[in-house]
Amino acid sequence: MDTLDGNAIGGLLQEIFGTEMTDAIGTCGTCGATGPVAETVVYLHAPGTVMRCRICTAVLMVVVQRDQVNCVDLLGLATLQTS
Amino acid sequence: MAGTAVRGRLTWQDVTVVAVTDETASVRTIELEVPDWAGHQAGQHLDVRLTAEDGYVAERSYSIASAPGEPVAITVERLDDGEVSPYLTEELRPGDEIEIRGPIGGYFVWPWHEDDSPLLLLAGGSGVVPFRSMLRHRARIGSSTPAKLLLSARSLPDVIYRSELDALRDGVEVIYTLTRQQPPGWSGHSGRVTNALLREVAWPISQHPIAYVCGPTAFVESVAAGLVDLSYPADRIKTERYGGVGGP
Repeated sequence: MDTLDGNAIGGLLQEIFGTEMTDAIGTCGTCGATGPVAETVVYLHAPGTVMRCRICTAVLMVVVQRDQVNCVDLLGLATLQTS
Repeated sequence: MAGTAVRGRLTWQDVTVVAVTDETASVRTIELEVPDWAGHQAGQHLDVRLTAEDGYVAERSYSIASAPGEPVAITVERLDDGEVSPYLTEELRPGDEIEIRGPIGGYFVWPWHEDDSPLLLLAGGSGVVPFRSMLRHRARIGSSTPAKLLLSARSLPDVIYRSELDALRDGVEVIYTLTRQQPPGWSGHSGRVTNALLREVAWPISQHPIAYVCGPTAFVESVAAGLVDLSYPADRIKTERYGGVGGP
């Protein structure tokens, strides 16, 4: 399956965080790389939505929807900051 | 960007299809009447949600094809194994309703009000859609920002918005490269976007250009790497990857 990038989940992230997030800057908790959310690698049906670091491929974020609730795992991110 | 980012909750709304226009054999533009539209920036998206009779829901994100201030439109390419695009490109008629939410995104947008650097727009196939919004916006606001669009397509009939792109003047240059089939007597470029073609087209770094790359993932990776080779700084290369298609 073709991978996408963080632009593709701008709507989902805005739903979760309540603000525009594709321009937010994240830091990978594994390799320390920093960059905009839009530049991350995104898999839409992994199952769940999975965001990975473009540099080291570590998992940064997982979102699973269950009973219309978003379960969000951000353990792979060291920081996530909106501009 | 902070001022435009916070716009309250993103909510789904039912909108009406006003018009459909075939752009190529597999690509259609869908104009929507959106009563409660906050206004968008050139390069932003919207999400489309389709619900089947059995309750199955499919969502997809599409770039907005129209300029800020114009009626909201998206341009959709039909993917033969797609869940959403065959319905949007073949079944949808004026008067039908679909569910959307938006506008979405603050990264792949043209910040024309704070940056008048030369624009380098690099599109693979339907990756040209957000650039139509940017170029229309550029014309509507009377911007003199120089712009170049390099569009890679399989063949001339596969070029989306071709008549509109061919008519662009006033500081906009459009360059095509045709990867699979060239018409007789074709004097333009052929084949994929190579580093040599990028070097020929790209603004020199001294002009502090900003590059936008949009298309299938493989196209974006290759072109963005080529720009890095030309010493474009990473923060002057904005990328957006489309899924699903095999490449231009």
